[in-house]
Amino acid sequence: MSSPRSLQFIGHLVLAAACLCAATLAQSPKYKVGRAPTAEEEKAWSITVLPDGSGLPAGKGSAVEGKDVYDRRCAECHGNELQGGDSSALMGGQGTLATPKPLKTVGSYWPHATTIWDYTNRAMPFDTPGVLTNDQLYAVVAFILFKNGIIKETEEMNRETLPEVKMPNAGGFVKDGRPDVGGDARN
Amino acid sequence: MRQKRTESPSETASRRKFLSLGAAVGGALTACAEPQEVVEEAPKRLGRAPDKYGERSPFERSSRLGRASKNPETGSTRSPLQDFHGIITPSSLHFERHHAGVPEIDPAKHRLMIHGMVKRPLVLTVDEIKTLPSVSRVHFIECSGNSRGEWTDRKGPTAQHSHGLASCSEWTGVLLSILLDEAGVNPEAHWLIAEGADACKMHRSLPLDKCRDDVIVAYGQNGEAIRPEQGYPLRLVVPGFEGNINVKWLRRLMLSGQPAMGREETSKYTDLLADGKARQFSFTMEAKSVITRPSGGQKLAREGFHEIAGLAWSGRGVIERVEVSTDDGNTWQDAELQEPRHRIAFTRFRLPWTWDGAETVILSRATDDTGYVQPTEQALIAARGHNSDYHNNCIKAWKIGADGNVTHV
Repeated sequence: MSSPRSLQFIGHLVLAAACLCAATLAQSPKYKVGRAPTAEEEKAWSITVLPDGSGLPAGKGSAVEGKDVYDRRCAECHGNELQGGDSSALMGGQGTLATPKPLKTVGSYWPHATTIWDYTNRAMPFDTPGVLTNDQLYAVVAFILFKNGIIKETEEMNRETLPEVKMPNAGGFVKDGRPDVGGDARN
Repeated sequence: MRQKRTESPSETASRRKFLSLGAAVGGALTACAEPQEVVEEAPKRLGRAPDKYGERSPFERSSRLGRASKNPETGSTRSPLQDFHGIITPSSLHFERHHAGVPEIDPAKHRLMIHGMVKRPLVLTVDEIKTLPSVSRVHFIECSGNSRGEWTDRKGPTAQHSHGLASCSEWTGVLLSILLDEAGVNPEAHWLIAEGADACKMHRSLPLDKCRDDVIVAYGQNGEAIRPEQGYPLRLVVPGFEGNINVKWLRRLMLSGQPAMGREETSKYTDLLADGKARQFSFTMEAKSVITRPSGGQKLAREGFHEIAGLAWSGRGVIERVEVSTDDGNTWQDAELQEPRHRIAFTRFRLPWTWDGAETVILSRATDDTGYVQPTEQALIAARGHNSDYHNNCIKAWKIGADGNVTHV
């Protein structure tokens, strides 16, 4: 016959075992669906470029080569001088963010240079995304940065240098702190 | 005496509707004041046979509202909120916002990859996802650019213009938390980067806490497969978060220690304040409401009884209260809320009203279960300035003229 004390001990043991079991369950697949991607599948789909530069592929280019890419692939929608047209302006607007007519462009608003590469790679040119080579992408991003006065015309962009580019509005963002209004309007 | 002039189908339809409803509110809003006669004889012809997939009546014309542009593949259409009954948006009238057109995806070939900071990277078919435990939940989705014009003098002339980038569906799918457990998230992961299979591979970063809470990888909308323009065959439904993050045509989920800082979460959907700083990761769509009847573009045909009806919603939870003012905000009355009220969903409100024929302004104000009260335009502008563009949830006012015409204020 067990004493109440040993019953309590067994109870603790059972509880501990149950906790351990739950923890193990949470770490192992429960439904066992799907399969592992192959290395090739994962590589082909891994296009995300993070602000620290991870995800950037090999390749290089400067504004010198980038002008040609821009003229052929971008100018029709973004304007010969990056001033915008059927699509948004890619330069200008620095100093306008606190005015009644802010102009948000790559130069005045975008906080990370890596985002230009990521977006151009995944989405541009609008009607034929994916046609630009990695060298062309580095070059056209360099051209846009040069036209905004952020880098020099001959400066080479690659996966080491691009994440180091300091964007003018890099410090321009704050964390959302809402609710900022919405207290009781009847008081 | 029978009318001699030929009626258009829609005139016939509205007359028929009027006759079937008797002297109902719909008639008071839209029909002319002339005496109504019975114009149709008893039916003597057979109707059409059953069909495999239903169509609405050809007399119904309610439609989404778009805007012509050079690149229509990146653009939006707005839901006709003023035409809806209840809380569900018909799938065919759910608002749209695309960045690179609507892809045509064969679900048999579609795959969802889960990788990055996980123990077991996974590739799943749509059929495999459908074998997992499912949930069906009613949630609104609202573009954070909805009511953008309300920051400016270009206020929407109708509820569709001003508030139509919001819709509400019953979504069915698997909780994202189940898929994350299958893959086994590593402790250093804090963000999930979700990506679509559209031509621009639109992607957004979500905080992991939200992903573990109530996010759905959805394949069903209002009882059938999600519509192509809503993300067929798979989309994220991120309850209460801005529309853009509810990634459509979902094909990849990457676990990451840091957010992607992609174009959509830096250059777009950030709220520029008066001092030139911008708020980032403003995910939640806060409590909001709009009167849809009577609303801009409609006309009250006569004095007397009218039902004021509208929609309220909050990205933080349940709508607890909607107050309506029929005297430009001097006094407020509680509207009746349609039950059941779903969390993070459209809530229909209604208030019986007798119009005395005088010019007035009507408004609605929603409160959610966190105690948050929908703010005035002035309060929003005082807090954020005029350049914020997104996340405008201010009180909407409609002016009713002595002639019964309803216009925006």
